[in-house]
Amino acid sequence: MSERLDVKKTYKLVVNGAFARSESGRSYEVTTSTGAFVANVAQASRKDLRDAVVAARAGQAKWWASTAYNRGQVLYRWAEMAEARAAELVEHLQLAEGLKKREAQASVSRAIDRIVWYAGWTDKVTQVLGGANPVAGPFFNFSLPVPSGVVGVVAPQESSLEGFVEVVAAPLCVGNAVVALASERRPTPAVVLAEMTATADFPGGVLNVLTGLTAELAPHLASHEDVDGLDLSGCADRGDELARLAAASIKRVYRERDKGAENPLRRLRTFVETSTVWHTIGQ
Amino acid sequence: MPAVISVPAIANEAELRVFVSALSGVDQVGVESRVAKLGTRSLKTSTKRRAIDLAISMVDLTTLEGADTPGRVTSLCTKARRPDPGDPQVPAVAAVCVYPDLVAHARRVLEGSDVAVGAVANAIPSGRASLNVKLLDVADAVAAGAHEIDMVIDRGAYLSGRWGQVFDEIVAVRAACGEAHLKVILETGELVTYDNVKRASWIAMLAGADFIKTSTGKVGVNATLPVALVMLEAARDFAEQTGRLVGVKVAGGIRTTKDALKYLVVVNETAGSAWLSPEYFRFGASSLLNDLLMQRLKQRTGAYVRPDEFSGD
Repeated sequence: MSERLDVKKTYKLVVNGAFARSESGRSYEVTTSTGAFVANVAQASRKDLRDAVVAARAGQAKWWASTAYNRGQVLYRWAEMAEARAAELVEHLQLAEGLKKREAQASVSRAIDRIVWYAGWTDKVTQVLGGANPVAGPFFNFSLPVPSGVVGVVAPQESSLEGFVEVVAAPLCVGNAVVALASERRPTPAVVLAEMTATADFPGGVLNVLTGLTAELAPHLASHEDVDGLDLSGCADRGDELARLAAASIKRVYRERDKGAENPLRRLRTFVETSTVWHTIGQ
Repeated sequence: MPAVISVPAIANEAELRVFVSALSGVDQVGVESRVAKLGTRSLKTSTKRRAIDLAISMVDLTTLEGADTPGRVTSLCTKARRPDPGDPQVPAVAAVCVYPDLVAHARRVLEGSDVAVGAVANAIPSGRASLNVKLLDVADAVAAGAHEIDMVIDRGAYLSGRWGQVFDEIVAVRAACGEAHLKVILETGELVTYDNVKRASWIAMLAGADFIKTSTGKVGVNATLPVALVMLEAARDFAEQTGRLVGVKVAGGIRTTKDALKYLVVVNETAGSAWLSPEYFRFGASSLLNDLLMQRLKQRTGAYVRPDEFSGD
């Protein structure tokens, strides 16, 4: 019997619910910490980023139009998909982060649990972050949290799965669409997890994941005027420069060194705006 | 351009038929591969900036909706005069294009600017009305002050072989236009083949069109690059034989700067640089303008632009 040929996986960008190579045709090699080959992954260009933002803008409208309950269901289903493919994630995590199997299993479990935790938040943020304001008149006055819109995320470079879940699930659960740059040297766990959105009822464009060189892409994400929020967790070393670029279009910016960043709700709180409405009491 | 008149003055349908039938056929595969190749050309930096400004100056900003109001036309005209309120360097567009009843209003709003007012007349988009009604429609728009008239050919007559009728109708509308420029819409999406596009282009030019235009924008298939190439070749050949330059207008479905720049490349490589001016090449579009403005700002500031930076129409 002849020897079976390897079926090698092509790691692609996740943009608009589809899996695409970079429009530039580029790819780069990912290795383990000891230099062993892991995979060739797509190297996104600024034009891929631009397309992802367009997709996210359209996806966000659909995501926010669905009910909070439904968004919770979708995020929970994402966790279900990850649970079913946990063994695959463990393998990727072992390669990417050099973990022992037991450590990787624990990390994958924590990441999945974190998705479930955020899934639970979708229909609770309004109670926690919103409220009824007392006003001197025959009116109801409500403050309601609404999503910022499109959130750009530079995912943590070290924690390739747990860190990724944290930075994307928080803005997603409050109704934002996300354009995420995966960890540059450890991108495969994030790509595999993002692939699972395809079988979790995510509307196209709600979660877009790009792989590539952080230094090349992050400035374009920061300066893009149609991005409303920016999470700089994955490039603390260039935080000032990127925050300055983001300032031109008055983005919400999240930086891990900021005061209060350790609060688990801080990220979620960063990417909402407050909408206040008045309504007459009675008929 | 030598003013050699080798095209016969068309006296009757038989002569028209002989002339048009003798035109060589269009090589479909050749045309499509040529535009595919031209479409890969990339314009960068200063060339791109110039091309974007040129494209803006070629736009016929169009609103042809049943729900058009004077207010909507006012905002369209304001945008036509100064597409980017934040930057006076942005050129005005070539024209606004409206239904005939809104021409007078558009003229008032555009008073004192170089932006022309175009009207679609001739029972657009179907063109299914009697010649009398069509001519009245045209005369009405001209009387209201339209500088340019867009008419659509009778595709039914063309497709059933009554080319003489198509020709005569254009001649009659041409006469009714007086001073106004006449753009003849071929509605290429309904002509099926490139051979038909070529023949219809020639019929329109022989009948006196100032412009030949792809589509009304109201049918499924609008302007495409191969069709534009066929029409530009016809305009080029017509100019070589008569010395008269006929313009080409592509309309419908062109929404991005990338598409517009592809058309400009095809214009330059097919008809030549003489057509690279609003006098001889136009884009009939509404959403294209915003994308051009966005790309222009991107070129200037380096940051990708928010789509609602510019007003919708």
